[in-house]
Amino acid sequence: MKPTLPLEELMSPGHLACQGCGAGIAMRVTLKALGQDTIFTFPACCWTVIDGPFPYSCLEVPLLHMAFEATAATASGIKAAMDALGKSKTTICGWAGDGGTFDIGLQALSGAAERNDDIFYFCYDNEAYMNTGIQRSGATPYGAWTTTTPVKHFKKEAKKSIDDIVAAHKVPYQATASVAYPEDLFKKLVKAKDIRGFKFIHIISPCPPGWKARPEDTVKLARLAVQTGIYPIYEVDGGKYVQTMKTPNRKPVLDYLKLQGRFKHLKESDVADIQKMVDTRYAELEKRFSEK
Amino acid sequence: MKKVMMGNHAISHGATLARVQVIAAYPITPQTQVVELLSEIVADGKLKAEFIKVESEHSAMAACIGASSAGARAFTATSAQGLALMHELLHWAAGARLPIVMADINRAMAPPWTIWTDQNDSLSQRDTGWMQIYCQSNQEVLDSVIMAYKVAEKVLMPIMIVLDAFSLSHTYEIVDLPDQALVDKYLPPFDYKYKLDVKNPHTYGGLTTPDWYMEFRVKMHEAMDQALVEIKKEAGEFEKIFGRRYDTVDPYLVEDAETVLVTSGTAASTARFTVDQLRAQGKKVGNLRMRVLRPFPFADVREQLKNAKKVIVIDRNISYGYHGIWAQEVKSALYGHSKVPVFNFIAGLGGRDIFPETIADIVALVDKKKKPDQELYWVEVKR
Ligand SMILES: Cc1ncc(C[n+]2csc(CCOP(=O)(O)OP(=O)(O)O)c2C)c(N)n1
Ligand code: SF4
Ligand SMILES: [Mg+2]
Repeated sequence: MKPTLPLEELMSPGHLACQGCGAGIAMRVTLKALGQDTIFTFPACCWTVIDGPFPYSCLEVPLLHMAFEATAATASGIKAAMDALGKSKTTICGWAGDGGTFDIGLQALSGAAERNDDIFYFCYDNEAYMNTGIQRSGATPYGAWTTTTPVKHFKKEAKKSIDDIVAAHKVPYQATASVAYPEDLFKKLVKAKDIRGFKFIHIISPCPPGWKARPEDTVKLARLAVQTGIYPIYEVDGGKYVQTMKTPNRKPVLDYLKLQGRFKHLKESDVADIQKMVDTRYAELEKRFSEK
Repeated sequence: MKKVMMGNHAISHGATLARVQVIAAYPITPQTQVVELLSEIVADGKLKAEFIKVESEHSAMAACIGASSAGARAFTATSAQGLALMHELLHWAAGARLPIVMADINRAMAPPWTIWTDQNDSLSQRDTGWMQIYCQSNQEVLDSVIMAYKVAEKVLMPIMIVLDAFSLSHTYEIVDLPDQALVDKYLPPFDYKYKLDVKNPHTYGGLTTPDWYMEFRVKMHEAMDQALVEIKKEAGEFEKIFGRRYDTVDPYLVEDAETVLVTSGTAASTARFTVDQLRAQGKKVGNLRMRVLRPFPFADVREQLKNAKKVIVIDRNISYGYHGIWAQEVKSALYGHSKVPVFNFIAGLGGRDIFPETIADIVALVDKKKKPDQELYWVEVKR
């Protein structure tokens, strides 16, 4: 059998991610696509811990840990330095969680996107502040339990549409991806690597403790997120939307929700509401996918 | 070459002569001319640098941290609210041991809104791990930016060059613009040993347990001790090439002075004018200008104040519920070494002028007292 991804690993096994951590898979695939000539900066997030405590690191690329809200600006600074030092070929990446992207880091993200700085901005999205103990973020979906949206008062607001916010900046390239489809993510990154300017990659990354799901269901959940249409995966290349994983026969959202304890409290009518929201959003995106 | 320029442009020229490689800045009155001139210099191709026009001061400092980590000489400038917004990242820059140089134009903090000078913005960043240098003239501003990179890159700690809003930032003075060749001789290119390097990948700033955290901190403190040695050494090195000398403190007629006025920033010029007037009347007064706040020059302060019978510290800042901040610093340096009474006066907040008469009145008041009968004295306030 011919492997579909390079065998070379730039993330070593001694990391500190939980069993079944989607964020770990996201990084592993990303490094396979970007290779050794890459520099990362991380804000505060689960990856601050996953990387390993001083003096250890599970990554074989340079990494600058940084403050929570500063990812994009830090990456811009590294990039400017590399340009000034004649090392423009190195790929510079900001790598942040959903909290660091949707919420506290949004301003810096918008600034770098508007300036069209030549960097990758990755958001691995586990839909809550996991590092601090599963508090809601702007990425937490409607209906979810978190420690700040307890069962009796589950989250009543819809997930913020970060992809539309970034798209409004008209960046040269952006994509959504899922850890269940590593080849798709890989292909997108290999393509984006050669595009100059701001690149935004949003990766749905299930989190067993935060989603109250079984570690062995991580890939299944990441796949169901796509197959139900909750998290369609696509790219926007120079303004053109292309769905990279077609889902003609979408599965019911319940298939996805029922595997996660964070949605256990939902009544049938809540699930029906979520199905409606997903259908509306999906139809909206389908229109964009069909635009010539 | 001699040129007439405002303090803000002295900063821009200093940064240009230091061949900074990455500039990231956000506008705020009274700093704007610093970045306006620099963006012009960069756009004209007179300085080979990347200028990131960030969306906030927080991002300015973040970008400087990124750039410096990657091995570039990084520069920014700000004031007041902008400096306060950077606060978290000031700790970060110092903790990451990055030799970033920043100019801070001292502007009082809001509310109420104000744009005029006082030192509460920079002094409230005292414990972030940044060296702080307070300037008195535009020449000193320009020279200090150049010297700052030399010292910062030796000890791997960041430096803030501080100057008063308007009374320096917008005041035109004759400044000797040094030759680029001489500056190049004085300041070698930045060669950062710990840079982000894909050929030698390392992780910086990762999670550190109680087993190691203190070891990072002791090294920062030792770097500051070393910085004091370097600042004094560079005073001589710089003088050899450029003929101007800048030490940690700047004494004026203190040797035989019975009363020494301790000041910082442009208030020192006024104090010296007043000292001359009072000397003409036969009063033995002197002035000690504090130039370096961190690393604090304990030994120099003790030495300069050893003959004084009375010390007056005029603070253009206030630590509410305590003293002026320079007074705290001076008192703690003298404690256990000297019994000289220290009188603390708070003056000139929010840009109120400190006139020679203001200072003469202060001296006259102190003349009447053996020792302070108040923790501090407010100067010329309406009640
Ligand atoms: C300024 C600031 N506020 C709060 C925190 C505490 N904090 C650290 S990580 C984190 C949540 C991170 O959430 P996210 O970005 O979604 O990443 P995840 O932990 O889920 O991987 C918070 C709130 C911080 N480090 N800095
Ligand atoms: S809490 Fe979730 S995101 Fe964080 S390491 Fe564990 S599985 Fe990964
Ligand atoms: Mg998260």
